[in-house]
Amino acid sequence: MKRRDFLAASVAALAVPRLALAQGAYRRLLVLVEMKGGNDGLNTVVPYADPAYYDLRPRIGIARDAVLQLDARTGLHPSLEPLMPLWRAGELALVQGVGYPQPNLSHFRSIEIWDTASASDQYLSRGWLARAFDADPAPAGYAADGVAVGGHDMGPLAGGRRAIALNDPGQFQRQARLVRPEGRSANPALEHILHVEAEIAQAASRLSADVPFTTEFPKSPFGNAVRTAAELAANRGGVAAVRLTLDGFDTHENQPARQQRLLGELAAGLAALKSALVEIGRWNDTLVISYAEFGRRPQENASQGTDHGTANAHFVAGGRVRGGLYGAPPDFGALEGGNLRFAVDFRSLYATALGRWWGVDASRALGARFPTLDLLRA
Amino acid sequence: MLRALLLWSLAAWAGAAQAAGMGADDARHLLERTGFDAPPAEVAQFAQLTRTQGVDRILAGTHRTARTPLSPEVLEWTDPRTLRGMSPEERKAFQQDLRRRALALKGWWLDEMVATDSPLTERMTLFWHNHFTSSLQKVRSPALMARQNALLRRYALGNFGALLHAVAKDPAMLVYLDGARNRKGHPNENFAREVMELFTLGEGHYGEGDVREAARAYTGWSIDPANGTYRWRPFMHDRGVKTVLGQSGDFDGDQVLDILLAQPATAEFVTAKLWREFVSPRPDERELERVASDFRASDYDIRVALRELLLSDAFWATANRDALVKSPVDLVVGTVRRYGIRYDDARPLVFALHQLGQDLFSPPDVRGWPGGDEWITTQTLLARKQFLARVFRGEQARMMSPMATAANVLAPEYQLK
Repeated sequence: MKRRDFLAASVAALAVPRLALAQGAYRRLLVLVEMKGGNDGLNTVVPYADPAYYDLRPRIGIARDAVLQLDARTGLHPSLEPLMPLWRAGELALVQGVGYPQPNLSHFRSIEIWDTASASDQYLSRGWLARAFDADPAPAGYAADGVAVGGHDMGPLAGGRRAIALNDPGQFQRQARLVRPEGRSANPALEHILHVEAEIAQAASRLSADVPFTTEFPKSPFGNAVRTAAELAANRGGVAAVRLTLDGFDTHENQPARQQRLLGELAAGLAALKSALVEIGRWNDTLVISYAEFGRRPQENASQGTDHGTANAHFVAGGRVRGGLYGAPPDFGALEGGNLRFAVDFRSLYATALGRWWGVDASRALGARFPTLDLLRA
Repeated sequence: MLRALLLWSLAAWAGAAQAAGMGADDARHLLERTGFDAPPAEVAQFAQLTRTQGVDRILAGTHRTARTPLSPEVLEWTDPRTLRGMSPEERKAFQQDLRRRALALKGWWLDEMVATDSPLTERMTLFWHNHFTSSLQKVRSPALMARQNALLRRYALGNFGALLHAVAKDPAMLVYLDGARNRKGHPNENFAREVMELFTLGEGHYGEGDVREAARAYTGWSIDPANGTYRWRPFMHDRGVKTVLGQSGDFDGDQVLDILLAQPATAEFVTAKLWREFVSPRPDERELERVASDFRASDYDIRVALRELLLSDAFWATANRDALVKSPVDLVVGTVRRYGIRYDDARPLVFALHQLGQDLFSPPDVRGWPGGDEWITTQTLLARKQFLARVFRGEQARMMSPMATAANVLAPEYQLK
């Protein structure tokens, strides 16, 4: 204990005083779904009427008669069938061509760019949601600003003051008695641990656990994560953002079988999420957005897979989403080094979530103004 | 006279201090950083040595092979072609058998880490496992992962260049980064990219063109399905001219690796990673440059870099004590070693490592475990405390702590080294 300076700082004293909150901001929930590894957007939202697509993907292209046709040229991967009720209800938007200038094809650098909402040549250390909660704090009474469920990192919540990771709220509460946060330290590693202990204590005191749902959640790690997200949404303590991760999309080889399984898990999970949130009356104030480090190369490789690419297709879903196709379909005639050019800057999705969904000033967190997408109902 | 006496007594005092060795605090620091914590008796032993003696004793005691016997069934190789003929029931049984053998492999390594008389050997093997990552999740074969582990241990404190060349053609690596699928006319860039970004140069020291060209040079490396060993397939190798980092020629993979080793960035990148593993979270730029340049001048002798780091002022600086977060392996193996905890089944410990975020032989992705402060989230910190509380209450299945009362393992400081 001798290496710690006791300031008798209570958890409450650690929290920064909160400014009066803009009415209603962060009352709505944001659920981010990371498709880790870089999902192949071209076999997810399939340009099935474009012959160039089949020329580039003679072996792994999704056959025209297999896709779930959305219109005369665009269809979904057949594993996404569980999402079709959302599509038909007009609650699913598909944004094509999401990317950024000077794309980086490294998993780690590119996800860092996405997580920190930086430019390609800009290095930021904190996540874009962490910065958003700095600029416009969530209500002080919330159990946490954001929760990372599963995954190995905090992603867009990294560096946040009230960002927590948990897999199961009930277990989290039971274990929280093992921490007794007290004191501060000049040692950065120790200070980090003390900070995390304070986060645990604060969140545990405000979480209510074990919400009974009649919805059946898929029996998979992602299904469990979705259940946790739903429990957090039902929680009276309040949480502004939840990040879920589905891993395994780095399909350099044997992509068809692997992506089929992963997209099936994703779709079943999201369908269960909607069902559970409808149950507790929160579907209309939940916005789900998918993201990934990059899309994949249009030209398939020799291993029935795809290498790292650039622009990608993403999902936006929720009770207030105006369903449909957004962005721009892939233009295989205008590839750059074999990769797609982007049509929608990923920070436009973030600006939409911040500005239009939460009603906070997006430019303060993102450091610049980005056009928003008109994909929400009033 | 008085002045002379004073000087004499100061010198005598210094000499006595020298003879008395580094003391218990330094000894614990050295043993924690180069091994997995240590029982009090070992700390007392090292306390008698000087810092240089201590470091040299640790470096002199390393091994090139593991001492714990590995069950031969873990090393059994199954020709993947035989899987095609299996019925669904046979396939299911095969998968179950794979899981059982994977667990045996993990338990074996954990046992070796607990039992070894050279913890540094295991620390460095783990360091390279986290550098030249491969994962059971993709490789699927415990045999190939076991062989890779033996390779990493053989070179753990040897020559980095030789290790790079060997691990590049290691069958588990050829599966993990798709090297075995990389063929003339049909390049797969996975290995070509990661070897530059994560194994040698670091991001920002190469371009997309270098990745594409280098991928062609690595074609022809393959695996013999009959026995799972490396096999050169000349007809799959692209003999054309490639341009990598400004140099052109009809390179093969080994020649491209030599181009990467010739870059100063490689020594800097690897030394910085060693620094973060052994010294502190943020390397001192000038010191790093010095060690990296000596590392390169030694033709990549890993001992040279490690010895300089362990004898650097930064390693012993007060500000860098307790500056690193224990990895889950540090925490679990270190606790078992320090308190002499006995167990007859490694599986609960293997499972604990999984829960704490460091599942052996299954790093989360090709970058490995990010480590540092990222080991500690609300989720993993609670899992750590839960594990420690169980061990010291004797609740961990079939595990006995000789300590009558729990030590102060729940204090935040226990998470640090």
